[in-house]
Amino acid sequence: MIKFEQVSKTYAGGFQALNQVSFHVEPAEMVFLTGHSGAGKSTLLKLISIMERPTAGRVMINGHDLRKIGRREIPYVRRDIGMIFQDHRLLLDKTILDNVALPLLIEGYSMQEARKRVSAALEKVGLGDKLRHYPMMLSGGEQQRVGIARAIVNKPPLLLADEPTGNLDPKLSLEIIRLFEDFNRHGTSVLIATHDLGLISRLRYRTLSLKDGRMINDGLAED
Amino acid sequence: MSLLFRSRNQGAQQVKISAFRRFVMFWLHNAQQALGSLGELVRYPFASLMTMAVLGLSLTLPATLYVVVKNTDSVGANWQQAAEISLFLRHDLSAQEVATFSKRLSLSVAIENVTWIDRDSGLAQFREASGFGDALNSLSENPLPDLLLVTPAATHRGPLAAQQLLASLQQEREVDEARLDLAWLEKFEALIQLLRDGFLALALLLCISAILIVGNTIRLNISSKRDEIMVMKLVGATDSYIQRPFMYTGVWYGIVGGVIAWLATAVLIWWLDGAVRELSQLYASQFSLQGLNFNEMMVLWLLAIGLGLIGSYLAVRKHVTAIEPH
Ligand SMILES: Nc1ncnc2c1ncn2[C@@H]1O[C@H](COP(=O)(O)OP(=O)(O)OP(=O)(O)O)[C@@H](O)[C@H]1O
Ligand SMILES: [Mg+2]
Repeated sequence: MIKFEQVSKTYAGGFQALNQVSFHVEPAEMVFLTGHSGAGKSTLLKLISIMERPTAGRVMINGHDLRKIGRREIPYVRRDIGMIFQDHRLLLDKTILDNVALPLLIEGYSMQEARKRVSAALEKVGLGDKLRHYPMMLSGGEQQRVGIARAIVNKPPLLLADEPTGNLDPKLSLEIIRLFEDFNRHGTSVLIATHDLGLISRLRYRTLSLKDGRMINDGLAED
Repeated sequence: MSLLFRSRNQGAQQVKISAFRRFVMFWLHNAQQALGSLGELVRYPFASLMTMAVLGLSLTLPATLYVVVKNTDSVGANWQQAAEISLFLRHDLSAQEVATFSKRLSLSVAIENVTWIDRDSGLAQFREASGFGDALNSLSENPLPDLLLVTPAATHRGPLAAQQLLASLQQEREVDEARLDLAWLEKFEALIQLLRDGFLALALLLCISAILIVGNTIRLNISSKRDEIMVMKLVGATDSYIQRPFMYTGVWYGIVGGVIAWLATAVLIWWLDGAVRELSQLYASQFSLQGLNFNEMMVLWLLAIGLGLIGSYLAVRKHVTAIEPH
């Protein structure tokens, strides 16, 4: 599903954030990505969503070489990827309904058609009754879940999450991971970047570990 | 729709919408976005109104100048005297010869009509007008020549054509001297030409500045929505999807700016008309300015909308593309 082949990324200014990283995430697999702060986790995710381009090597999604994707095609690639951010990136002057409906409206759905799917997505993350609320009226955990609802509302085959449990308590973190497991069971590939090692070791999923831009471990996390 | 996942296409197509509905949706969505950007304008009425006013007022001056040029054109056309040629005939011609000559001239295509002021009535007029009655009575012979006043046809009224007509009349055997008071006619034409050139140059400059001002306002709109645009790009919005509402904003600027231009032009013409009426009374003639007609108003409106659209298009092309999510 996601395949990195000898991928390196050097930022303008000369800092090498990723160094010859190779791995392969299978379809319908759930994988964690871990490493110290500055190890290159976010950079790796950005190479998948084409927010950055690799300086060497190649990134493949579902057998498609991302080097062949032109500027104008990037939006269509992003429609296949649900992205979840630590700072959730919601539009603060729009209701939860409008926020979650955004990916659908962009794809050409009418609001009426979108509404059903939005309700279903919000139901899934346990916020079915907050349609009319604004993001500022929700707690941090609820905001995070709205971000997740937006990422899954158009049923993408691929979910990327960057520190989705960043500032949540352990109970809430686990709840959110359970959500990802649920999508994963329905066939979505999930890649979660986190440095919450305690969480990972309890769950025993395949874990990719980065250190200073190099892949130092691919397998179960060691505590 | 999906670029990377062939199977996703098929799975999604059952839920997806027919081509026709897509087409309907596209326009419905456009209408919604147009209304949406109108709502946006209403939310920030002051900044929007300023830009609309600048757009409208930028067009007011050229529109008013245009009206003035249009009206002077019609004055020029009405003023046949402008190119009247006086032919002073030789003294030794008989009345019969003068009549034949006058007849011959009036048949020429270059000439609209010929008025003959014979030497006797000329003298009578002069006697009355000058009050030199007695002095003139003592003359043994009428010193005045026969005079033909030639009005050129419309096609020969311009300074150049009138000059050529004058030269050819000068060649006639019967003519002693031909005169055309061209100096002021040339000045008049030159003035109108100046107005016309000035109008074009001014219109061009003001249109460019209107485009820049609209562009700048849209640029500010875009940068104030930077975060929102970034999020939209992250969830897969194309540039054109993001650009559309801003283009609609430009169109709204044009729609309202055009109406402002109408009103301001009407006020300016009304104000000028007062001055023109006074002036024309001094010349004992009835004249008033003709304002913009319906077609001209529509052209002005389309121009305003076009400028709004161009301004927003330039801003959007440069600045929406430049925003990259990170
Ligand atoms: N746009 C950029 N320009 C230059 N350097 C960058 C840029 N983005 C990231 N870096 C650098 O690349 C390195 C890796 O950054 P990255 O964000 O991938 O780390 P991370 O593993 O996500 O860290 P964290 O856990 O703190 O989020 C960091 O040292 C960072 O300073
Ligand atoms: Mg990071």
